[in-house]
Formats: sequence, C-alpha cells, structure tokens
Amino acid sequence: MSTRLATGGRLLNKSRALTFTFNGKSMKGFEGDTLASALLANDQMLVGRSFKYHRPRGIVASGAEEPNGLVNLGQGGRFEPNQRVTTTELFDGLTAKSQNHWPSLDFDVGALNSKMSRFMPAGFYYKTFMYPRPLWKHVYEPFIRKAAGLGAAPKDRDDDTYEHFYAFCDVLVIGGGVAGLQAAKAAADTGARVMLIEQTAHWGGRAPVDGGEVAGKSVDNFVDETVAALEAMENVTLRRRMMGAGVYDHGYVLGYERLTDHAPDAVGPRHRLWRIRAAQIVTATGAIERPLSFAGNDIPGVMLASAVRDYVTDFGVSPGDRTVVVTNNDNAYLTAIALKNAGLDVPAILDARVLPTDSALMAQAKSLGIRVLMGHGVSKVQGGKRVTGVAICSQAGEGSVLEEIACDVVAMSGGWSPVVHLWSHCGGKLVWDAGQAAFKPDVDKAPTGADGKPFVTAAGTASGALLLGDVLADADAAGKAAATAAGHAPAKGAAQAPDASHAPEAPMAPVWLMPQGAGIALRNKAWLDYQNDVKVSDVQLAAQEGFQSVEHAKRYTTLGMATDQGKLSNINGLAILSDSLNQPIPQTGTTTFRPPYTPISMGSIGGEARGDVFQPVRRTPMHAWHAENGAEWEPVGQWRRPYAYVRSGESSHDAVMRETKNARDNLGLLDASTLGKIIVRGPDAGKFLDMMYTNMMSTLKPGKCRYGLMCDENGFLIDDGVVARIDDDTWLCHTTTGGAERIHSHMEEWLQTEWWTWQVYVANVTEQYAQIAVVGPKARKALEHLGGMDVSAETMGFMDWADGTLGGFDVRVFRISFSGELSYEIAVKASQGQALWDALMAVGADLGVMPYGTECLHILRAEKGFIMIGDESDGTIIPQDLGLHWAISKKKEDFIGKRGQERSHMVDPTRWQLVGLETVDKSTLPDGAYAVAEGTNANGQRATEGRVTSTYHSPNLDRGIAMGLVLNGPDRMGEVLTFPGTDGKAYKAKIVSPVFYDPEGEKPNV
Amino acid sequence: MLILTCPCCGVTGEETEFHAGGEAHLKRFGPGSSEDQFEEYLFMRENPKGVHFERWRHVNGCGKWFHAARNTMTLEVYGTYSAQTHTPPQDLRDRISEKVPGWSWREFQ
Repeated sequence: MSTRLATGGRLLNKSRALTFTFNGKSMKGFEGDTLASALLANDQMLVGRSFKYHRPRGIVASGAEEPNGLVNLGQGGRFEPNQRVTTTELFDGLTAKSQNHWPSLDFDVGALNSKMSRFMPAGFYYKTFMYPRPLWKHVYEPFIRKAAGLGAAPKDRDDDTYEHFYAFCDVLVIGGGVAGLQAAKAAADTGARVMLIEQTAHWGGRAPVDGGEVAGKSVDNFVDETVAALEAMENVTLRRRMMGAGVYDHGYVLGYERLTDHAPDAVGPRHRLWRIRAAQIVTATGAIERPLSFAGNDIPGVMLASAVRDYVTDFGVSPGDRTVVVTNNDNAYLTAIALKNAGLDVPAILDARVLPTDSALMAQAKSLGIRVLMGHGVSKVQGGKRVTGVAICSQAGEGSVLEEIACDVVAMSGGWSPVVHLWSHCGGKLVWDAGQAAFKPDVDKAPTGADGKPFVTAAGTASGALLLGDVLADADAAGKAAATAAGHAPAKGAAQAPDASHAPEAPMAPVWLMPQGAGIALRNKAWLDYQNDVKVSDVQLAAQEGFQSVEHAKRYTTLGMATDQGKLSNINGLAILSDSLNQPIPQTGTTTFRPPYTPISMGSIGGEARGDVFQPVRRTPMHAWHAENGAEWEPVGQWRRPYAYVRSGESSHDAVMRETKNARDNLGLLDASTLGKIIVRGPDAGKFLDMMYTNMMSTLKPGKCRYGLMCDENGFLIDDGVVARIDDDTWLCHTTTGGAERIHSHMEEWLQTEWWTWQVYVANVTEQYAQIAVVGPKARKALEHLGGMDVSAETMGFMDWADGTLGGFDVRVFRISFSGELSYEIAVKASQGQALWDALMAVGADLGVMPYGTECLHILRAEKGFIMIGDESDGTIIPQDLGLHWAISKKKEDFIGKRGQERSHMVDPTRWQLVGLETVDKSTLPDGAYAVAEGTNANGQRATEGRVTSTYHSPNLDRGIAMGLVLNGPDRMGEVLTFPGTDGKAYKAKIVSPVFYDPEGEKPNV
Repeated sequence: MLILTCPCCGVTGEETEFHAGGEAHLKRFGPGSSEDQFEEYLFMRENPKGVHFERWRHVNGCGKWFHAARNTMTLEVYGTYSAQTHTPPQDLRDRISEKVPGWSWREFQ
C-alpha cells in the first residue's frame, strides 16, 4: 500500500485539504501536492497502461522525466491528454482519467498483447504488416491507427488564453536548483542583467531532499537566503514554473511558463511562451537518475530511488511499507535512510558493487539496522499490478535465485545522467565521463554564437559535478564566466562559492544489465523504455539485425520515441546497444537532443494569434458598405472581398446568378481596389519592364494600356495584369489581388541585386487608390450621368486611359475589361472611394445597377475564356500552355523566363494545352477533375489526359462551362472526354474554344 | 534564429526581421546560354559545411537586399555587405581567412 504518513511533507500545506477525482473516484490531497504524490497518498500506484503491450504502469519518477504517469486532464474546453502526474500541481476540483486501456484501468483487454509479446519484437511493425499487401489498407492500417496514441484528442475549442513575451538579458540561468541559484548570484553580483527560470514551483532543486550543509547551515537555509538576495536585486528577474524549452541559434531561448495550471480559476493567460535573447546562457538543469535493467522492472511499485525519497520527504507519502533498495552507487542509500527515518521498513539494500570497505553512507545504513547485500542484484521482481517481492541473485551470475524478499516497493538507482538537453540543442558536444558512466558537456565544444564564441555554460550537476561542494564551486565559476563573456567581469575579490559539506560517496560502478549474465527469459522482461515497451532483448535484436547506428536502432525499436523522449531510457539503451556491438559507449554516441525539453502546449505556440487576431485583415475603403449590403466574404490573401451580395430570401448561388446576368444586361459595379498598383518610374523603367514582362512595355504610348504576363526564371507564369503608361518615365503596373506585395518584392529584388545600375524606382501604391469597375452595356451611360470628362468611344477607345473629373471627383479612368463587357475602371484617392461608390450607385439606380462579387467576376471572365492566376496557373504552367503566345514578345532578346521557356520540357508538344470544356448534359464539371485516358501510367494508375482548371454554371448561357488543360487539346475540338467525379459519376465534356460568350468581341466594342 | 546586421540601414535584428534569399554571387545566364550554364545558374548550389555567402533581405525593415558571410556549422557571422557587388570585399575575405585558414567557396578564397 502507498499511503500518507502522519508526519513530514516539506512542500505541503496540511491545513488546506483538496479534493480531486481519478477515473471518477473522489480522492483527497493537500495544497503543495503534485497529482502524483496525491495519487500515491490514496494508494493509487497503478496509473496507466503501456503503449504496445498494455502492461500495467505505475509512477516511476517524481519530476519531468516521468514516463508512465500520463493522464487525460480536465474536461470540455479544458481537456488535455498526456499530462504528466508528476509535474501537475494539485488543485481543488482537478479531474484526471487514465489512458490507453479498455474497458478499464484494472481490467484491460489490450493486455493480451503482453501474452503475445513473443510475437511482437523490435521492428515487428515493419516485419508483420508488409504482406500480404492488400491487408495493409483494409486490416493493418485501420487497426494500428485505432491503437495509436495514448490520450484522447480534445474535442472542444480551448477555453484558455495564451500569450507571448519577449525578454532580453545578459545571462539567462536555466534551472533554479542550488547550482542555478549560485550561478545567478555570481553573475548578478557583476551587475549583469540576469534572468533565472525554474520549471517547478520550488527553488533549490533536489538539494533540500538530499541534505548537506552550506556555510555551516542546512542547505534549505542557503536556498532561502540566496533567493531573498536575488529578489532584492534590481538586475535580476526570477520566474518559477517556467521551463527552458529550447536553446536556439545566437542565444535565442524559448521559455514556457505555466501561469495558471495550478490555479485554473486565476485570471489571465494559462501559458506564456517567452522568446528570450540572452548574451550568455547557463544551463543548471541538474541530472536524472537512471533505472536499472532487471526482469520485472516495469511492475508498478518499482521506482527511482530518488523519487521514493522525494515522496517521503517532500510530500509525506509512503510509496509502500517495505522497500528493497537496489543500486550501483552510494546515493541510493539516502533513500534507505530516509525511509528508515520515516519509520518505514527497508528489508535490504542490494548493492551490485563489491567494495573493499564500507563508505560513510553504507556504515550509516548498517547502523540503522538495514541489511546490506554487496555484489547482489534483482533476479526478478514478483507481482502483477503491484510489486509483491523480489527474487535476489548475485550480480555476477546468471540470475539463480538466492532468496526471495517480500516487499511492495523496489527503489532502484543506476547512477545519474546530467541533463544535457539544452546544452546540446544548438550544437554543444558531449564527452563520456567513465567515472560517473554518463555523458556530460564537453566544455571545449560549446554552442557558438554570432561572434564564433561559446554562449552556453553548463553548471552544477548538469556539467557533471555531483557533490554539493563541487556543485556550488562549479556553478559559481559558470556564473562568473557567463557574466564575463557578456561584458560584465566580476570585481576583484568578488565573493566565492560558500563552503559546503556533504557525506562523501564511494565510486559508482556501471551496471547495464542485472544480473550481468541474465538469460533471454530475464532480458525479455527487462524494460528500457516503459512508455513505448522497449526491452533489453529488443535492442539486442536490433543490433543483431544490423541496426548499428544509434539513430537507426532508436527508430527500429522506438526506444526513446515516446512523449518522454527517453529521458530515463536513452543511456541504458545505448549501453545495451554498445555491448551488443562490442564497442565502447562513446563510440556508439547518443541520439540527437531536440527541443522542447518536455512537450509544450499548442496553445502557447499560437499565443494571442487566434480568432479575429490570427492574422491582420485588409479592408478596402468600401468594406463597410459591402458588409451592410449583404456581402458574403471571400478571403483573397489578407484581403476580404465580397463573394456575392446576398439579398434576403436569396441563396448565395441565386445572388451570384443574378449579379452575373445583370452585369451582362444592365450595369454592375465591382470593388477592384484590391488589385495591386505598382508605379515604375525612371529613365530605365521601360527597359526594366521589358525584362519583367514577357511582352514589350517600352513601346507602349502614354495614354495607353497593355495586358502583360510575368514569369519567373523557370519560365512559369507568376502574375498578370494591365500596364498603363503614364508619361515618358512612368508606368503603372496592375497586379493580381494576392500578387501586389510579391510582385513588388520581385521587382525590387531584380533592381537591387542584378540591375543595380539601372535608374528605376518602384513603389507599391495599392492602398493609395480605390478602384471601381463599372461594367455592362449601360456603363458609359452611368459615367455620362455623373458628368465631366468625355468617355465616348471616339475620345476614349478600348485600352485607353485618361485623367479627368467625373461627378466632381478627380479620377483616372481606364477603359479595360475583364468581363467582356463595355467597362471602365475608375481610380480615385482611397479617401474618395466610398463617395464615388455612392455616386455611382445613385446614378446607376435608373440603369439597373447592382454591385457584384468575386464569384460573378470569375464567371464573367470564364465565359470569355480569360485566365485567372491561381486557377489556370499553378506554378508549373508557362504562358504557352494557355494559348498566350500573342503576349510573348519574339523581338526581345531577353526577359525573365525566356531562357527557361526554351528548355526541352517546355517546348514539348505533349504539354497539356488550354481549351474550353462543355458538358454534354449542361451540368457543371467538378473542379480539379481529371480526364481519363486508356491504359495505365508508369505507377500502374489510370492514365489521364487533362484536368479541369475552372468550372462554373453560366447563367448567361444556362449551362456548365469550364476551362481545362488537355493533351493536344486545341487540335481535338469536338472530342468528348470523360471526367470521373468524386461523387462516382462520370462527367462527359466536349472540347471547345475557351471563349464561350460573344466570341467576336462585339459587346465591349461600342 | 540568427542575428544579423543590415549594412544598408545599420539595424541589428533577428531572423524574423529578415528573409533568406539563398546563395549569393550567382551569375545570371539568359537566352543564348548553354544547357549546362543555365542548369548551373538555376539549380546548382554550394550547400557547404562551413563558410557560406548568402543573400538576405531586410524585409521587415528598410527593405534592402544585402549579403552575409556566415559559417553553416558554427553559426558565426563573419560580416554583412552590400548586395551591389560581384565579389565579397577583400577585408571580409581576409577576416574569414584568419579564422578559417584555407577556406574556399566557389571561385573565392
């Protein structure tokens, strides 16, 4: 049984009891508990099931490294899966549910997988599910997808808010244990701006649990005094509950602060993502204890020795009445002593080492009456859902059972691994410390910054120092070195690290398998990765099958690929791999450490960017009018354009049909303000535009307009639009709505980086003007009603433009048409846009004026066979594919894309060509549908010979019309193609000219 | 998240303020060039482990293009300079030589 002790609990406020539920069962804890300590206090050791075999899983650790204690936390808009019980602070009303089991945690059908484990070794997915092939799609994949993942995905929108913070400092210290505190103090004393962050709610790390004295007083005292001193310094920022998630290039650090996870009713954002720029970083991230690999080491009740100590000391929780300690080092003796002092029974300490004399801690344990067995280990742990005892053996043997000891907890310690993650994120290298049997930071190969100098220093246990005195001295040096590197050298005679004393420890001895000669039956039950169910035998099998690289072995076995990223399993796993490959551990090396250190919430990554502020919205001067007049919006880039103006009682389809007919019969108004407008000016502007466009722009006369195409160097079409020559030195280039910024940058790039001697300026003036297209047979009448400049056919011909006044507005009128109707586009200063719109609506009232939206615009242009960038083009289309040869100059020696279009694949006659498509039954073709041909392609798929690029129902022709790219299309007029739809129907369409409406072009020519 | 200094406006900013533009000092080949020349210009890139010359644009700033000399392994930035040049400035090349003796990049060393 695990239970709450009558005394103890350093971190608890026992005057405040809290209630929470686990799997619907009400439980009690105290303020200061983690969910893990509270569960243990309620005898809930079993907290989940493993991923592959659904083995029962209990709490192993007490911190961020916990692999098993993952729960679904919260409900509704506050539901979150895979939350670690060890880092979840308890609050009143918390609800948690265990994961990965059915129908219940205690009785789980999936546990049958465990019985089948003989048939599910490493790489079993790759081996088992390959054949027969058809079974993959219909049987294996659905099954695996159903079984994959531990927690459930949230179904509701997140109720909480999140934010981003930016911070700058000279020295960022990550980790608020004694090393972090000392490093921060040493750095802050120099006057440097220091930031100290700690992932838990408490300062001091595990030193207060492990004990020792600093400057003659208890280490708790040192922690309190140092925190108080730092809090009093103006150049220091202290943050608790904030993890250093990742270290990136040039001193960039992501900090993940959990503001209200422990107090969900508090006001304000739940998480805050800090984007920190530090001149220097000190990683005082401590160390993580390693499990030992023995049979049954995954049975609930087998825990890390340090965690057992934490639960007793910090939370006043007894993980069990009888604890057997198994170790290869002195440090775990502290656990036995702590348990004994709490009045609990420690039947034995199994120490794998054989030492000539007793160390101080050993002697202390023995004096408390604890039986210490040297050279011994665990042959096998007994029990199913809870430890019931251990069978012990000689470490040097093969596991013959010498004795069985009844117990309900096994506290194991395989030594300590420095937390090198943050050191390694940005390229810091590691070195093997044979004495501690661990990788530690290689001080000569630190991550380097913009100046080529190191910007990360590891401190304390994270740098390999283990004992209190060494830790403080190391951290003091690290803090001073970091401050110096940041330009703040310590003053002469600056304070040194305080003296510290701690029980001396005898050297540890590496133990990678227990007992060292364990046979397959034992190795097959010796777990490395608890969450992903990877055992010693799996890694050995991977090595045997040729997976020699640690990165390959990791992926083949899934070792370290679970949500804990192998914090407990990696070193043990690669030691087994090295042993199997018969090579030293440093030669095997480690897998790559990648941020974040532990998972961070998606909400924190998004920050404030959600809903209305996800991205800025661009609005034209007439936006409000559109909104008031029934506009349904279509996002085009960051703009919102009216899709259609829907009247009451009308569907949006009805509205589109009405607008489209009216523009052809009467008068339509389109807000064209979003189209890009770029001024190109200078003595070399004509020469420049001849390079930018496929056709000739330098010969355009002032007062005239010309439609132009732009390509990239590959020859692919990137934009189109009408260019107007304003005067000898000035052109105005219209771009697509989404293209203004892109094309402006494109022009700048060529001017700045290739033709920098050419005298040309470009300016993006898109938002300076409102532009309104006045479209339809009555367009001229409308302008005449406004009164002012002469817009008659005689004075202003097709593709002319002129400045003047209309209805008292200073306007620039372009007689251009994207609809095939008589059409004028009128530009005014943006501030006049709404007034002009109102004036046009007023004079148009008698002419049947209707505003129209983007869908009508699309239908009008498709009826005329005009292409649309993004529909007919997709980044792989050259103008020649679209029958636009007439817009490609043959006279020019060069333009962007000319050479690209000469490549063999671009002149291949089998490139699909643009045609019109007319359904035989007048229905509308599905968008993006492919025309099928006889036979199959190289991949064994049905051969195709064309695809639909634009498709609409035309109310003016009362039928479906479409454009598409078809193999030899223009030579196949009248042929009928078959387009299977995703609805199961086969659509038949005839190849026709893409100009469906007014093919002679008579309508605008009036 | 690199930190770069724009040589045009003098602002030192982080990567989000800039936009990377690939390899610097490419020679454009247009009509009349051979298939090999055009392929080299359009597709072939150095991708070195070590010293590299890159194009950057101060896109959320002064808008100007510039060049940066950078080490892809150590992330050291040796310097930034004008985009209106066909070769890296000699003093910058000397500075790189001091730190990385014997380096070479395309025709430069």
